[in-house]
Amino acid sequence: MEFAELIKTPRVDNVVLHRPFYPAVEGTLCLTGHHLILSSRQDNTEELWLLHSNIDAIDKRFVGPLGTIIIKCKDFRIIQLDIPGMEECLNIASSIEALSTLDSITLMYPFFYRPLFEVIEDGWHSFLPEQEFELYSSATSEWRLSYVNKEFGVCPSYPPIVIVPKSIDDEALRKVATFRHGGRFPVLSYYHKKNGMVIMRSGQPLTGTNGRRCKEDEKLINATLRAGKRGYIIDTRSLNVAQQARAKGGGFEQEAHYPQWRRIHKSIERYHILQDSLIKLVEACNDQTHNMDRWLSKLESSNWLTHIKEILTTACLAAQCIDREGASILIHGTEGTDSTLQVTSLAQIILEPRSRTIRGFEALIEREWLQAGHPFQQRCAQSAYCNSKQKWESPVFLLFLDCVWQILRQFPCSFEFNENFLIMLFEHAYASQFGTFLGNNESERCKLKLQQKTMSLWSWVNRPSELSKFTNPLFEANNLVIWPSVAPQSLQLWEGIFLRWNRSSKYLDEAYEEMVNIIEYNKKLQAKVNILRRQLAELETEDGVQESP
Amino acid sequence: MEHIRTPKVENVRLVDRISSKKAVLGTLYLTATHVIFVENAPDTRKETWILHSQISTIEKQATTATGCHLLIRCKNFQLLQLVIPQERDCHDVYISLIRLARPVKYEELYCFSFNPKLDKEERERGWTLIDLGEEYKRMGLPNDYWQLSDVNRDYRLCDSYPTELYVPRPATAHIIVGSSKFRSRRRFPALSYYYKENHAIRKANPGSDFIYVVDTRPKLNAMANRAAGKGYENEDNYSNIKFQFIGIENIHVMRNSLQKMLEVCELKSPSMSDFLWGLENSGWLRHIKAIMDAGIFIARAVAEEGASVLVHCSDGWDRTAQVCSVASLLLDPHYRTLKGFMVLIEKDWISFGHKFNHRYGNLDGDPKEISPVIDQFIECVWQLMGQFPCAFEFNERFLIHIQHHIYSCQFGNFLCNSQKERRELKIQERTYSLWAHLWKNRADYANPLFRADHSQAQGALRLPAAPCNFTYKFWSGMYNRFEKGLQPRQSVTDYLLAVKEESQQLEEELEALEERLEKIQKVQLDHSGVRSEQREASKHPGFSTSDHSTANTPQDYSGNAKSFPSRSPSQGDEDSALILTQDNLKSSDPDLSANNSDQESGVEDLSCRSPSGGECAPSEDSGKDRDSDEAVFLTA
Repeated sequence: MEFAELIKTPRVDNVVLHRPFYPAVEGTLCLTGHHLILSSRQDNTEELWLLHSNIDAIDKRFVGPLGTIIIKCKDFRIIQLDIPGMEECLNIASSIEALSTLDSITLMYPFFYRPLFEVIEDGWHSFLPEQEFELYSSATSEWRLSYVNKEFGVCPSYPPIVIVPKSIDDEALRKVATFRHGGRFPVLSYYHKKNGMVIMRSGQPLTGTNGRRCKEDEKLINATLRAGKRGYIIDTRSLNVAQQARAKGGGFEQEAHYPQWRRIHKSIERYHILQDSLIKLVEACNDQTHNMDRWLSKLESSNWLTHIKEILTTACLAAQCIDREGASILIHGTEGTDSTLQVTSLAQIILEPRSRTIRGFEALIEREWLQAGHPFQQRCAQSAYCNSKQKWESPVFLLFLDCVWQILRQFPCSFEFNENFLIMLFEHAYASQFGTFLGNNESERCKLKLQQKTMSLWSWVNRPSELSKFTNPLFEANNLVIWPSVAPQSLQLWEGIFLRWNRSSKYLDEAYEEMVNIIEYNKKLQAKVNILRRQLAELETEDGVQESP
Repeated sequence: MEHIRTPKVENVRLVDRISSKKAVLGTLYLTATHVIFVENAPDTRKETWILHSQISTIEKQATTATGCHLLIRCKNFQLLQLVIPQERDCHDVYISLIRLARPVKYEELYCFSFNPKLDKEERERGWTLIDLGEEYKRMGLPNDYWQLSDVNRDYRLCDSYPTELYVPRPATAHIIVGSSKFRSRRRFPALSYYYKENHAIRKANPGSDFIYVVDTRPKLNAMANRAAGKGYENEDNYSNIKFQFIGIENIHVMRNSLQKMLEVCELKSPSMSDFLWGLENSGWLRHIKAIMDAGIFIARAVAEEGASVLVHCSDGWDRTAQVCSVASLLLDPHYRTLKGFMVLIEKDWISFGHKFNHRYGNLDGDPKEISPVIDQFIECVWQLMGQFPCAFEFNERFLIHIQHHIYSCQFGNFLCNSQKERRELKIQERTYSLWAHLWKNRADYANPLFRADHSQAQGALRLPAAPCNFTYKFWSGMYNRFEKGLQPRQSVTDYLLAVKEESQQLEEELEALEERLEKIQKVQLDHSGVRSEQREASKHPGFSTSDHSTANTPQDYSGNAKSFPSRSPSQGDEDSALILTQDNLKSSDPDLSANNSDQESGVEDLSCRSPSGGECAPSEDSGKDRDSDEAVFLTA
C-alpha cells in the first residue's frame, strides 16, 4: 500500500493551530505518511510535528467554509486546527483518520524511521537475558537458564530464555506449561540477594472445576523453598474472581496440594475497568469548570487513584513478604501479563536499588514488561479518547509508571531518573519512532524482525545528550529498601502526565532549573576545591621532604 | 498548679491511632504548662510534650478491659490517645486538663512563664524587629494623597484599630468620625496597602476613575445583614463605585468545614474514596479557593486595572484580613520574604484587630467565636508556594511553625483581640516576640529555590482570574503533620539547603586555599610556618569531609531509612505495612504481624522523635526544639 493513496490533500496553507498556553500560529499544514506537520515558515521551525500514531481521536466541525479539526492525542494533548476550505478539511480529516489507524504493524513509523544520530550502543543488545542472569549467578547456584521456549513452542508469550529452578528439567517445564494459563509456567522474576528469597511469576493454574492438579507444578514451586520454609502465593484477583475463573478452566492453587504455600488474594482491576478509569480521569482533568467540589468528586469517581493504591499496596505486600518475612513468593492473576507484572516490577523498585537507576530501570522494563510478554500492541492501541469499546486496551503500563512516580515523589533523592524519564516512556509506549514497544511479545517481535528493521528506544535514550535530560540531579545512591506510604494522603494525581496540557508549567520548570543550578554550582565548587587541595598538598609535601631531614 | 489533681500517672499507654501497632507504656505527667508522656522503654525514654494551650478537645471514651481511654486533640493537629489503667486517675487527668486547657486569665498563658534566657535588652530588640512605621514608609507614605492620622489616638474612635492609621488627605477628622459612625464596630475605611508601582491605592484613590468595593460575603449574607441594620454600600449614594460580592463563607461554616476535614484526616486506613469524598464534603478546598479568588481579584484590579479597592465583610477583621493579605502577597514581593511576611501578619492581622484570642480560643470563651481564619490564610500561602516555587523566601516549615505558635501562646505576639488590649497588658514588657525567634533561626526556614533576583521574586505574581479547581491540593504537611509516615521520606528542601550551605563553605574554603596557594608559591616558608600551615591543612580536609556529609544529607536520611522497613510499618507506612499486615496478612498468618511489631519497636524512637521535638521541651521553645531536631539531621 502506498501512503500517497491515503493522502488526498498533502498540503494546505493558512491553517491556524491552537494549543493551550501558546498563541495561535498560522502556517502551512503538511501530511506525510507518518506525520502531521505545521510550519509557520518563520525561522524554519515546525510548530507541530505529530506522529499519526499518536492520534487517538479526531472531531471535525464546520462554520461556513472554515473547517476545524480537533485532534486528541494518546498523550492526552488536544490541539485544534482551523483549515480554510471544506474540501481540504474533509480530506485532511479522512487522511488523518486512515493514517492513524493503520492495521499493519510493518507500516508503522519505526519501520521507516532513519535515525539522524550516531548509535553508540545498540539498545537491542543492551539487556540480554544471559547478562541479567549473570548478576544472580554470582549469588546463587539454585537457578539456571532454560532454553525450553526457544522456538516459542512451550509458551508463546514468553521469551526464548527464562530462569527456572536448577532442579527442574525442561521436560517438567513442558508439563507445567500445560497446567498454567497461556503456558506461562512459574519463572524467576527477582532474586533478593540479601536473603536469597525470590519473586516468581506465572499464569493462573488451570485447575478448572474438577480441581485438577499437576505434580510437576507443585514440585517446581516447592523447589524454590528452603527446607522448612513457607512461601506466599499472591493472587492479584479477589478470591471471588479467582473462584469464578474455575468455571472457565482457570483457578488457583488449592491449599491441599500446596501445603507449604499461603495464598493471599488482592484485587487489582483489569482491562476495560482501567480503561474506563483513564477515560474518566482525563475527562475530569480537561474539564475547566471552576467548581472545586466537582473536581474532587470526578477525581474520586474516576477511581484512578484507587487503582494506584491497590497496585502499590500489593507491591508493598510482596516486597514485605520477601524482605521482612524472608519468604519467597509466586505472583499471578489470570494471564500473568498485566497486574502480575505491575506487582513484580514495583516490588523490585522497592527492594532493589539497581532498579532505581536509569540502566536498572530500563533493564526492569525490558525484563518484566517486554520479555515477560505484556501485550503493548494491544494495550496501548488506544488511549483516553477512544470511543470504541475495544476489549484489549488498558492503561496497565501507565498505571505502573504512575506508581513509580508516586514512589519517586516520596523518595525524591533515591532515583537516578526524573519524572521526564517516566513521561518519555509513557509517550513511547503509545506512539514512537522506535521499535521497542511494538508487538505483544518476543515471539511477535522476532517475526517482525524488529532488531534488524527498527531502532531500539534504548539506543537513543542512553546517549549522554539524552540521558542528561532524564537524570535526577538529587540522586544519591540509596542502597536500602524503600517503603512508600500508600495512605490516600500520600498519593497524588500525577500532574506531569494528566495536567500536562492543562496548566502552564513555566514556574515549575523554572524551579527545576534552579534546583539543577544549585547542585551544579556545588559540584563545580567541589571540583575546584579538590584541585586546589591537591596542588597545595603537593607543594607542601615537596616542602616537607626538603625540610624534614 | 491548683488545678492539677494528679501530677503523675504511671502505666499509661500511648496508642498510635494511625497505625494499629502496640501501644507504648509510659508515665504521664501534668505540669502547669504541659502534658508530658515519657515512655518506659529504657533505651529511648522518648518524651512527648503537649502545651496546654494547644489542647483543643479532650474526650473521655468508654472504659475497656485495658483501662480508660482519653483522646486529646490539639490545635496544631496532633492527636493523642491515652489509656489510663484506673478510671479515677483518668477522671482526674480529664478534669485537670479541661481546666488547664481553658485558662481564664491571660496571666495563665505560657508566654508569661516562658523564659528563653534572653536578657531584657535582647527581648526589647526582639519586639522592634518588625516596625510598621517603616513598612508604611517603604510603601512611599505619606505622600500627596495619604497622610498619617492621629484620629484614633488612645483608641478614641475605634478600639480594635491601631493608633497609627493612614487616611486620604482630604479626609478630615470630622469626616472620619462621621464615617466611623456609619461602619460596623466603627471600623472606618483605612489604608491597608499602597501599591506604588502604578499609584493605585486600596482605598479611595483620587487618581483612579472608580474604586471597586469588594464585599467578601456571599450576597445573600450581606442582604440578610441589611435587615439587621448593617449591610453594604448603596451604589446610588456613592459616585464611581463598582460593587463586587465574593462569596467567602462565615466563621461558623469555616469552623465546621475544618472539623469535617480533620475527621477525614483521623480516619483509620481510609480508602481513596473515603478520603476524597470526605475531603470534598468538608468543602475546605472550596473555601480556600474562594479566598484565593478574592485575593486574585483584588490584586488584578490594583495591578492590571489600576483601580483602588475597598474591602470589607461584616466587621472587617476576618475575611477582609484574609483577602487583603493574599492580595498584598500577590502584588508585592516584599511580603514574600521572611521579614516581609512577618510584617504582613503584623499589619493586616495583628494591628488591624484580628481577634486572635477569640478565634483561636487562647482564653476560655465562646466556642462559636473560634474559627480557623488565619489557618486558611496560611494555607493560601502554601498553595501559592506550590505554584510559584521560587517566589517565596521561606519554606513550608516557616508556615507550620507560625501556625503552631498562633495557638501555643508561647510568645506574646498573638495575644488578645486588639492592639489596645495588648498595650494594656504590657505584652512587650512581659513576653517575648515570635518574630525575633523565627528570625534568629531563619536558616531553617529558607526556601533554597528563592533568589532575590529570580523573575518569580520580582513584581506581582500573575494568576488567571479564577485558577482551575485542580490547583488546590490537600495539605498533608499541615493537617497530617504528626503522621510523619504519610509525608515524603526525603525532603528536597532540606537536601538543597544542605547543598547550599556546603557551597557556601566551599566558597570560603576556596578563597582560603587560593590565598594559601599564592602565599606558598610566592614565599619560601620557614619551618615553623609550614608547621602551622600543616596543622591548618589537616583541619581543612576534616572540615570538608564532614562538610561533604552535610551535602549528602539524604544519605544520612537514608541512614534513618535503614530503619524504614521496620519504621514504615510503625508509622505511615502504616498503610503499607499496617493495612498489609493487619488486614491482609494477619488472617493468613499470625506470625507475620507478630514479627512485625517486634521489628517496629527497634525503630520506634526514630519515628516518633520529631513529633515530640516539635512539641517542645518545657523551657525551650517548641519551634526551636523542632528545628534543632531537624538541624541534627542535617549536620549529623
